[in-house]
Amino acid sequence: MQEKPQSAIIVEGLTKSFANVRAVDRLSFEVHTGEIFGLVGPDGAGKTTTLRMLAGIMPADEGTARVADVDVVHDPENAKRQLSYMPQRFGLYEDLTVNENIRFYADLFGVSRTEREDRSALLLQAAGMREFRLRLAGKLSGGMKQKLSLVCALIHRPKIILLDEPTTGVDPISRRDFWRILYELVSQGVTILASTAYLDEAERCHRVALLHQGRLFFCDTPKNLKARLGKSVLSITSSEPRRLRAELENVVGISSLVLTGDGLHVVVENGVSRIPEFEARLKGASIPFDTIQQVTPTIEDLFVHAVGSGAPSHA
Amino acid sequence: MSFTRFLAVARKEVVHIFRDSRGLIIVLIMPVVLVLLFGYGVNLDFKGLPVYVYDRDGSQQSQDLLKRFQASEYFDVVRVVNDYPALTRSLDDGHAKMGIVIPWDFSQRLGDRRPVQIQALVDGTDDNTANVLIGYAQAVVQGYSSDVQLEWLRNRGQLLRPALLSVETRTWYNEDLESSAFIVPGVLALVMSVIGAFLTSLTIAREWERGTMEQLISTPVTPLEIMLGKLAPYFAIGMFDVIVCALIAIYWFQVPFRGSFPTLLFTSAMFLVVVLSLGFYVSVIAKSQLTASQISLIITFLPAFLLSGFLFPIEQMPVVLQWITPLVPARYYVSILKKIFLKGTPTALLYPDLVPLALFALVVALLATASFHKRLG
Repeated sequence: MQEKPQSAIIVEGLTKSFANVRAVDRLSFEVHTGEIFGLVGPDGAGKTTTLRMLAGIMPADEGTARVADVDVVHDPENAKRQLSYMPQRFGLYEDLTVNENIRFYADLFGVSRTEREDRSALLLQAAGMREFRLRLAGKLSGGMKQKLSLVCALIHRPKIILLDEPTTGVDPISRRDFWRILYELVSQGVTILASTAYLDEAERCHRVALLHQGRLFFCDTPKNLKARLGKSVLSITSSEPRRLRAELENVVGISSLVLTGDGLHVVVENGVSRIPEFEARLKGASIPFDTIQQVTPTIEDLFVHAVGSGAPSHA
Repeated sequence: MSFTRFLAVARKEVVHIFRDSRGLIIVLIMPVVLVLLFGYGVNLDFKGLPVYVYDRDGSQQSQDLLKRFQASEYFDVVRVVNDYPALTRSLDDGHAKMGIVIPWDFSQRLGDRRPVQIQALVDGTDDNTANVLIGYAQAVVQGYSSDVQLEWLRNRGQLLRPALLSVETRTWYNEDLESSAFIVPGVLALVMSVIGAFLTSLTIAREWERGTMEQLISTPVTPLEIMLGKLAPYFAIGMFDVIVCALIAIYWFQVPFRGSFPTLLFTSAMFLVVVLSLGFYVSVIAKSQLTASQISLIITFLPAFLLSGFLFPIEQMPVVLQWITPLVPARYYVSILKKIFLKGTPTALLYPDLVPLALFALVVALLATASFHKRLG
C-alpha cells in the first residue's frame, strides 16, 4: 500500500503570463492533505489562473505543481482523475436537469450506476436539493446552481477539490450548506483548495494564502493573519470620502486608509478608543460624516495594509 | 477511448438537440422544406410560356402557323391582339414572355414563294428563358417552313421526299427532362451541409460561450470521446434525413431511383463525415456560435449550392470556378446522387467520385480530431 502524501498539492515557482502581464508570478505554496486552503486576493490577483493550472486545463509557463502526487504540468490528464475543479462561472448545462447533469459527470468519471445513485442521494440531501432532482439546472437559483456544481464535482469521490470563488453570489443559506459539505468532506480526508475574495470566508479556511498581482504575500492561518494586521479597522460613512481621506492622511497611528463605496476604512491601532478624537477632528474641519464604528477587517483592508507596509514574503 | 464516456457525451448532445426548438426545426422540418422548395419552386422546365400574337394577315396560313405554336407544349398563346401597343404592353407588364407578329403580306408572300419574316419580340430580362424561347420559336417556324416547301413540291407532282437529314433524339436518364428529377437528388447535399456543418459548428462553440467547456475539460474525458460523442447524434440525424429526403424524392416527386439504396446510404455517410468534421473543426476554431455558424455556411452550404453542379452544371461555369470545384466535397456527392438516382450507375463505376470523397472524409476527419485540445487560452 502506498503511503499518503503529506502534501496534497505542492506548488513551486509556478508562473504564467498573458501578453506581457504576469498573472501568476513564481508562486510557491503547499496544501496539506485534509485541509481547507484558501487562495485569497482581489480580482486580478491570479487566483483563477492558479486554479486553472492546478486543474490541468491551462499550461504553465514555468514552475512545477504536484497534485495528488501527479505532476500536473506534465501529466494533466492523470491528475484530472484525482481531482475535481469547479470554475467560477457556472459550468453545468442549463438545459439538462439536476439528475442529468449529475449522471453526465458521473459517467465521465466512470462512476457506476449504483454508486452514482447512492452518492447523489446523499449529496443532494446534504445540499437540501432532493426535491429539485428533475428541475432544469437553468431554473435553479444562484445558490442552488453552485451546490449542484459541488454535487457534480463530488460524485466521483475526488481526493482534491479545486473551487474558484464557489460562493460568490450565493445566498447565506446555500452558503452555509456549502461550507457544511466542505467540512464534512475534509473530515473524510479530502483536501480542498478554494479561492475567495471575502475575508469572512477566508476565515473558515485552515490556512490561507494572500495573493496580490500574481505573487504570494502571506501564507498562514487566518488567526495569524489577523494578528499580523495587529490593528483594528474603523469604518466612517461619509458623503465626501475623499476630503475625509485628505484630512486623516497624516494623523499619527493610522497605518492605512481604504476608500469604500460609502466612505472610508481606517486601519489604526486601538481603534475604538480613538473614535471621539476622530469625531472632533472631522467636526472641526466641517467634513460631513454619519457614523464611525469598528468593523471586522476586510480583505481589502488587509491588502492595502500589507501592500503599503511591506514587501511580499516568499514564506 | 471509453464507451461510457462517449455515450455520456452523445446522450447529453441528444438532450441539447431535442430541448432546443430551433434545433428540432432544423433537424426535422428543414430537410422536408428544402426538398419541397426545390422540388416545386425551382423549375427549369419551359412549358406553357405565355405568348401574345398580333396577326396582321389573318389568313388560313397564318392561323396554321399559330396553331403550331399553340400545339407545342412550350408555348401558350394567351391572347391575340390587334395593334402593336397592346403587344408592347403585354411584354412590359410581364403578361407575355414573347410576342409574335405576323406581317400583313404573310400568305401572299408564301403564295409567291418569296421569303417572309415573322417577328418575335422576346422578354430578355431572363437571358436563359429568352434563349430557350428563341430556340423553340425557330424550331416551330422552321418546321412550318419545311412543311410548306413539301406541300408546294407535292402539289407540283414532285416525288414526296422528306428532308434528307434529320435528328432523332432520345433523352436518357431523365427521359421527360423533368427539372425536379435533375434538382431534387442534389437537395440531399444541401440538407446534409446544413445538418452536418451548420448544426455541429454550434456544438463546441456553444460550450465555450456558455462556460461549460472549462468544467468539461477538467474531467478525464478525451478529445476523441468529445468529438465522436458530439458528432454521433448528428450523424444519426443526417442519415435519417437522407432517408426521408430520398423517400420524398422518389414517392412524391417521382424522381426515378435506379441505383442501389445501400450505395446511397454508404456514400451519404461518407459525405456526412466530411461535413460533420468540417463543422466540428470550425466550431473548435471559432469559439463563438455566431462566427462558427457563418463560417460553416460559407464553406459548406454555399459551395454545395453554387459550385457542386446541384443547380448549375459545372461545365457551364466560368473556367476559374471550374478549377475551384474539385475542392468542393459536395461536388462529388451531388454527382454520385445524380448517378445513383437517374443513371443507376453500378457502385463500382462511381470511383471517380467516391475516391475524392473518401479522401476528403479522411483528411477533414483527421483535421477535426487534431484540432481540439483540452486546454484553455
